[in-house]
Amino acid sequence: MDVAIVGIGIHPFGRTPARTGLQQGAYAARLALQDAGVEWRDMQFAFGGSASAGSADALVNELGLTGIPFINVANGCATGGSSLISAYNAIKSGQYDVGMVAGFDKHDRGAFNADPKELGIGQWYGEVGMMMTTQFFAMKIQKYMHDHAISHDTLAKVSEKAFINGSKNPNAWRTKPISVHEIINSTMVNNPLTKFMFCSPAEGGVALILCRADQAKRYTDVPIYLKGATMKSRRFGSFEVFAPSQALQQVDGPTVDASKAAFEMADVGPKDMDIMQLQDTEVGAEIMHMAENGFCEDGEQESLIQQGATHIRGSMPINTDGGCLANGEPIGASGLRQVYENVLQLRGQAGGHQVPDNPKLAYTHVYGAPGISAVTILQR
Amino acid sequence: MSNQIPIAEGLFSWPAAKPALLASRCKRCGIAAFPVASSCMACSWQDVEIEELPTRGTLWTWTVQQFMPKSPYKSDETQETFIPYGVGYLELPGGVRVEGRLTENDPQKLQIGMEMEVVFEPYRIESNGDEVISFFFRPV
Repeated sequence: MDVAIVGIGIHPFGRTPARTGLQQGAYAARLALQDAGVEWRDMQFAFGGSASAGSADALVNELGLTGIPFINVANGCATGGSSLISAYNAIKSGQYDVGMVAGFDKHDRGAFNADPKELGIGQWYGEVGMMMTTQFFAMKIQKYMHDHAISHDTLAKVSEKAFINGSKNPNAWRTKPISVHEIINSTMVNNPLTKFMFCSPAEGGVALILCRADQAKRYTDVPIYLKGATMKSRRFGSFEVFAPSQALQQVDGPTVDASKAAFEMADVGPKDMDIMQLQDTEVGAEIMHMAENGFCEDGEQESLIQQGATHIRGSMPINTDGGCLANGEPIGASGLRQVYENVLQLRGQAGGHQVPDNPKLAYTHVYGAPGISAVTILQR
Repeated sequence: MSNQIPIAEGLFSWPAAKPALLASRCKRCGIAAFPVASSCMACSWQDVEIEELPTRGTLWTWTVQQFMPKSPYKSDETQETFIPYGVGYLELPGGVRVEGRLTENDPQKLQIGMEMEVVFEPYRIESNGDEVISFFFRPV
């Protein structure tokens, strides 16, 4: 039994002072129900997540008290991916026919301030100023640039592309193109990364309706099939965020592991993908995730990005909705935004940011603390 | 003279004539970890021994923190007096790569592969006058 996505809904990302995170989630949920032509009472189950905007299952207060089993999922940046895997298994097992996955969030301004205790790290680590995700990403790309000859100009080109794509996406937060010159010369945050090379915590909501593939045509003319959904945590020896020390011998990280598992599950390869949404909490992440997910060799990004290969009309379109860089990162909704975008693309409904030539296969990837990654592969 | 206390117990030998960072090493697979852990992160073995790490190594990667972090950051600084600080991983031969603050914050003077040493210096003063000692990596 395959699993299909038959309804999608999104609340615009960015800042919406008039609505709570929960209300943004409910807004997205109602649009997803409407898209599939169903009502909330038709939902047999739900999985959902929110990191900073309350319990996801409180959505029942907004949508109606139907007795639905609504399970909260909390897996940092992989929350959406983990919710999808849970829904996939719930349908695949034969337990349910149709249900919802939802994610929403609303974060304070400024960088995330994680608590060392929650991750089993001593308080001293935060006191001396090392409990910072931005430092990790800066140090990882610094090493990568040194080893694989990636230029500062290429870093800036990733942001430039994100803001161009954001300007074509009505649900994006950052919708004004910014020049490479302005990106490179904006305030330095963590060398080599400047202000316009980072995404910011934000707000937003996304919901999806999933069902048994053999019933998908009841809800939509264009079902999108979930062919692969995997989530992995780090193995010993991988270089991850919030690590007071790391092993001398390095091994592949969770992104490589989750990616390989997803391709195996879907029985396809990186070259088959027509669109990719790769975690781009900052520009270095997008560059390194291109190779970690198998889309190029280490170092090839320099020429690929300089040639425009990752643009919407390039040979390997990446983050076609502007990614985290242009949408911000509401943790609970971010991974599901990528899936929303891919469904839109595969249906041919992406408007100004539509990838040409009827894309058939699409890929999503998220990465988060303390070293986890989730991947999905969708097929029209 | 003020009282000097380590920022955390068991992080490094203190007080000591020649202080050093402390690691645990697994008696089964030989993997070292910093800070000291009661079990091995590589193989889950619970029999570990504590050892002092080398005090010299090479810089594996680095960045400079240009803005003052929010809590749990705890220094003597205010937004007005904040000074950007370097952070990096120092590869200690035979041990592990340890993350730490650098005494240098000028990007022009930091380079992957440069030699550095582990030093122990005052980090902040507590309200009772105690001097809190932490570890830093300093170019040799």
